[in-house]
Amino acid sequence: MKIVIKQCIFAGQNKNQNMRIIQFREAIQEAMTEEMRRDENVFLLGEEVAQYNGAYKASKGMLDEFGEKRVIDTPIAELGFAGIAVGAAMNGLRPIVEFMTWNFAILAADQIINSAAKMLQMSGGQFGNPIVFRGPNGTAGQLGATHSQSFEALYAMVPGLKVITPSNPYDAKGLLKAAIRDENPVVFMESESMYGDKGEVPEGEYVLPIGKADVKRVGTDCTLISFGKIMKVAFAAADELAKEGINVEVIDIRTIRPLDIDTIIESVKKTNRVVVLEESWPYASVSSEITYQIQSKAFDFLDAPVRRLTQSDTSFAFSKSLIAEALPGVEDVVKAVKASMYKL
Amino acid sequence: MAAKKSTKLAFSKDQYLKWYEDMLLMRKIEEKTGQLYIQQKFGGFCHLYIGQEAVVTGTVSATQKGDKHITAYRDHAHPIALGVHPKYMMAELYGKSTGMSKGKGGSMHMFHKETGLMGGHGIVGAQIAMGAGIAFAEQYKNTGNICITSMGDGAIRQGILHETFNMAMNWKIPVVFLIENNNYAMGTSVDRTTNVTDLSEIGKSYNMPSKSVDGMKVTEVHEAMTWAADHARSGKGPVLLDIRTYRFKGHSMSDPQKYRTKEEVEKYKAQDPVLFVKDILIKNKFIDDKGLAEIMDRIKATVEESVKFAEESPSPEASELYKDIYVEDNYPYIMDNKF
Repeated sequence: MKIVIKQCIFAGQNKNQNMRIIQFREAIQEAMTEEMRRDENVFLLGEEVAQYNGAYKASKGMLDEFGEKRVIDTPIAELGFAGIAVGAAMNGLRPIVEFMTWNFAILAADQIINSAAKMLQMSGGQFGNPIVFRGPNGTAGQLGATHSQSFEALYAMVPGLKVITPSNPYDAKGLLKAAIRDENPVVFMESESMYGDKGEVPEGEYVLPIGKADVKRVGTDCTLISFGKIMKVAFAAADELAKEGINVEVIDIRTIRPLDIDTIIESVKKTNRVVVLEESWPYASVSSEITYQIQSKAFDFLDAPVRRLTQSDTSFAFSKSLIAEALPGVEDVVKAVKASMYKL
Repeated sequence: MAAKKSTKLAFSKDQYLKWYEDMLLMRKIEEKTGQLYIQQKFGGFCHLYIGQEAVVTGTVSATQKGDKHITAYRDHAHPIALGVHPKYMMAELYGKSTGMSKGKGGSMHMFHKETGLMGGHGIVGAQIAMGAGIAFAEQYKNTGNICITSMGDGAIRQGILHETFNMAMNWKIPVVFLIENNNYAMGTSVDRTTNVTDLSEIGKSYNMPSKSVDGMKVTEVHEAMTWAADHARSGKGPVLLDIRTYRFKGHSMSDPQKYRTKEEVEKYKAQDPVLFVKDILIKNKFIDDKGLAEIMDRIKATVEESVKFAEESPSPEASELYKDIYVEDNYPYIMDNKF
């Protein structure tokens, strides 16, 4: 029964392949399409995934290629279709469940947390649940309190799940392919406001390893840890700081669970200073966990308290002025890095 | 329908004997389970199946190998109906490594892949969608198998039932939805939670063929399930069976049963599903006292063997805690949670 995940192909092997510039949504579509060509037990279901080509066009053309059997429009019934997918995954299929957003997936949380995450354990190893739950997560402008939430920490708390939040098309494609091939349930979080982002993606096949952080920018003065859409703020802050001669190492954790703490600690040992940047709320967040693990594993290497920047500890509001107040910006990150270097 | 059986029996002698022995084994195992629970031989919840034996027995006899079964947490009898030796169920109740789910599931989570038992599930109604999904996979792979998805009458009020019924009908999923309607969701009777007390009506609102069945008679359950399984297997989509049964014991072991009268319980005990089959066996001279005694001896030995097996089996090794959470053995768990 036990299947040891094979060593994945790493990004570096694709350096010689032809690079193209494609959108994030196209990277998602390519990952699903390639995996569905590769394995006929993979299928996609969700609201508007088939005839409408996806609410955010992340499944464009897939109905035409795979037909109604494998690209399935569901009614608006998140709990029901998630549960049907969990049952199908118990019985030999490999579903990809698209939620129009992770806000709506709260309705399906029972099936994700109580069924998918626990099936292998409750059945004493008899029934696994190879399933991917994916869709956009986080803030996307003026969408109000119920349409602006990031739930990485909620799902990452649950043993049995893996949680991935990519920040660019290249990572999205490679990690989604890995998620679809994974034998465990995987929560895969995208972003409405990233689907149009463009980035380099090679022609042809590649798979990225789950649970491996990526040092996106090498530096020596401070480690800046982040993931997902708000990585853009991290990069912009690193650019600003570079102008002042401050050399920030930027780590994209990419996988929330399991967390690649080794890569983080290695960096902390070099820079001795850490800022963690997260789009979600502060309480019991991913940044809380990262901060705890750093002080636990690298206390003697820290020259300053770990700082973290998150969304305000409030529900997300509609007004632009309130949104600006709620989210950490480039200036906040610049200040936090300087503070950790006692240069503020 | 009853008149037909007074003149000519619909089933073979062997079928009645098999039903009787299976149901009596369920009864005796569950009586023993109740005693052991009171003696605190094991902990957790304990929902006994006593009184409802005809439901799973008539269901399994009307389905075929390859079909799947999923149910809620009143699941001690399902393995027996599917032919699994009850010692594995008993070991699971004891939390032993030899249990059906290696001691990780307990009373509510009996699984057996080989016979298509897709679990005992603990969240009321959650298995309704999973059962449809299991059947969806059979349809996808074009196997001709179906999934019998059982639920209690309490689960009818969960939103997931309505979402699943709608999709299962729309997609013609080969699933039989089976309500084990014992009239009480824990201590709350059907008529206190709804104005639609005839549960078969709920299927009709989705154009789902639906039927109410006397669940105290294994013959009636078998016939209804034969019809339902044929329908689902033929590609026509789901069926709903409202199987009216009764649990002779409380909801769980901690139930004082103040919500029903002794007279009501006695009324149903007069329709005891095990005695119903026994009467047929005796009236038709399919068995004599010696034969009945032999069955009882076999069952007593099986019960004894099961308890002995459970008691003598080892508890899971500590290392099992970190197994079966993820498929791979090298998952990097956080390990500094304890000193």
